[in-house]
Amino acid sequence: MKQGRSERVVVTAIAWALGLLWVLPLLYAIWTATHPPQYLARLDLFAPLTLENFVRVWNAAPFDRYFVNTFMLIAFVVICQFVICTLAAYAFAVFPFRGSEALFMLVLIQMMVMPEVLLVRNYATISRMGLLDTIPAIALPYLASAFGIFLFRQAFKSVPKELDEAARMEGAGPLQVLWRVYVPLARPTYLAYGLVMVAYHWNNFLWPLVVTNSASTRPVTVGLQVFSTVEQGIDWPTVTAATLLSVAPLLVAFLIFQRQFVQSFMRAGIR
Amino acid sequence: MKVSRNAAVSALLLLPAAVLLIAFTFYPTVATLIDSLHSTPRGRRPATFVGLENFETMIADPIFRRAMVNNMLYALVTIPVSMGLALAMALLVNARIAGRGFVRLAYFTPTILPMIAVANIWMFFYAPDYGLIDQFLRPFGLGGNNWLGSPGTALWALIVITIWKMAGFFMIFYLAALQQIPPTLLEAAALEGASYWQRLRRVVLPLLMPTTLFISVNAVIEAFRLVDHVIALTRGGPNNSTQLLLHYIYQVAFNFWDTAYAAALSVALLAILALIALVQFGVLDKRIHYR
Repeated sequence: MKQGRSERVVVTAIAWALGLLWVLPLLYAIWTATHPPQYLARLDLFAPLTLENFVRVWNAAPFDRYFVNTFMLIAFVVICQFVICTLAAYAFAVFPFRGSEALFMLVLIQMMVMPEVLLVRNYATISRMGLLDTIPAIALPYLASAFGIFLFRQAFKSVPKELDEAARMEGAGPLQVLWRVYVPLARPTYLAYGLVMVAYHWNNFLWPLVVTNSASTRPVTVGLQVFSTVEQGIDWPTVTAATLLSVAPLLVAFLIFQRQFVQSFMRAGIR
Repeated sequence: MKVSRNAAVSALLLLPAAVLLIAFTFYPTVATLIDSLHSTPRGRRPATFVGLENFETMIADPIFRRAMVNNMLYALVTIPVSMGLALAMALLVNARIAGRGFVRLAYFTPTILPMIAVANIWMFFYAPDYGLIDQFLRPFGLGGNNWLGSPGTALWALIVITIWKMAGFFMIFYLAALQQIPPTLLEAAALEGASYWQRLRRVVLPLLMPTTLFISVNAVIEAFRLVDHVIALTRGGPNNSTQLLLHYIYQVAFNFWDTAYAAALSVALLAILALIALVQFGVLDKRIHYR
């Protein structure tokens, strides 16, 4: 859209003002965490920087364990989701049968009725399976993701039929066709879905809170919550340092791969 | 012949997803419905059929009513405000402005953070006396507020946090849709002398309607699904002023261990989600196509 010069200045000013307002809370948290407590509410440019708050937090709770748990959880979830959703999406996109459309609609219900909504019953199920307080317990309800099946189905449907047929002429079976033709062509969709899921499961809280009860399985969000309520009263520099520490790997990854992240979220939304 | 072969291959491919979906979505949905018609088993006493007793308790329960009212208010404020802001942000970032990479990053960053972390950061802003907001207001003689501790402001404090976190997320979807609009369409409108606001209202907004539907479905689910900040900041208090439906279910189930009543509350939540799905895909969908 064409804009006059003065209009553009106004638009830029509004955009920046809103942007600053939006990062302010985060910047302020960084300030609090990197300065001694006496500078809590005093913005002094020459205040001494310190990493002491982070050291204290790291020693006060098993954050290393929490990070390992989160990494294992995410790896487990994303790998299983890729496999399970790929197979299901392949069936819906390439092997239609009578009633497959209706079945697909049934699958989509899971987008509305997410595992959190059914947490009482799912807790009972996990408990009966003897999986309470394990990492698979956190992951299981999310593995057959309707969102993933939906996205992959869309991607597979846009693959040209000729490529599929050519591979079959060469004698490839259904799984070989999937692996050699469909999966490579859907690579951007896998990246998009993968990044969205990494962010989702790094942030997930309620279900992991319910099914874990020891430091050996807790992901970092649950560990952070236990840490900031029970042990600390309101020691702000410690709480903010713990908070920043718990999001640091994700935040750093986001800042580095910003473009991919944003484009992935866009791609996941367009379909 | 081919159809039956398709069915056989499909059955095998769908098996893992089907098992998991049945175990963690369909079976628990049905089981929740059945549980809601029974009493809570306690000790040696097994669950007995009680009909609609749990639902009668629910309708008479002032905390449930409070949670419903709160959740409606929470949804009715957070959804339109964060979507409106998201649209404004997308339009701003889509315009040719200096440093738009940074601005876009600023809008989007809260989305990446876990709600628990967001709650911890904002807890400090809301703290009475030395919190950032109170310090800012004190020179105007408006200090001494306990934002999270007073029944009148606590829910609004949570609403602000939610808007801050969600607006950037929804912006991404609007931005993606804006970039799909053919520039020729806007140029044609401009040639005919349409002002910026006319182009926005007549060309851009109608083309964004499918995106608006998609975001609003997401936003509604989030409004009923995300209660992490309630757990971190208020636990439903003070005086149930921040009680939301899912948080109440969580409390009834895992603090009071009344699973039958929690099942009845879950049925209410499922009914709300089903109703919203029907409205959004039925009514809204028609309006988008026929305009």
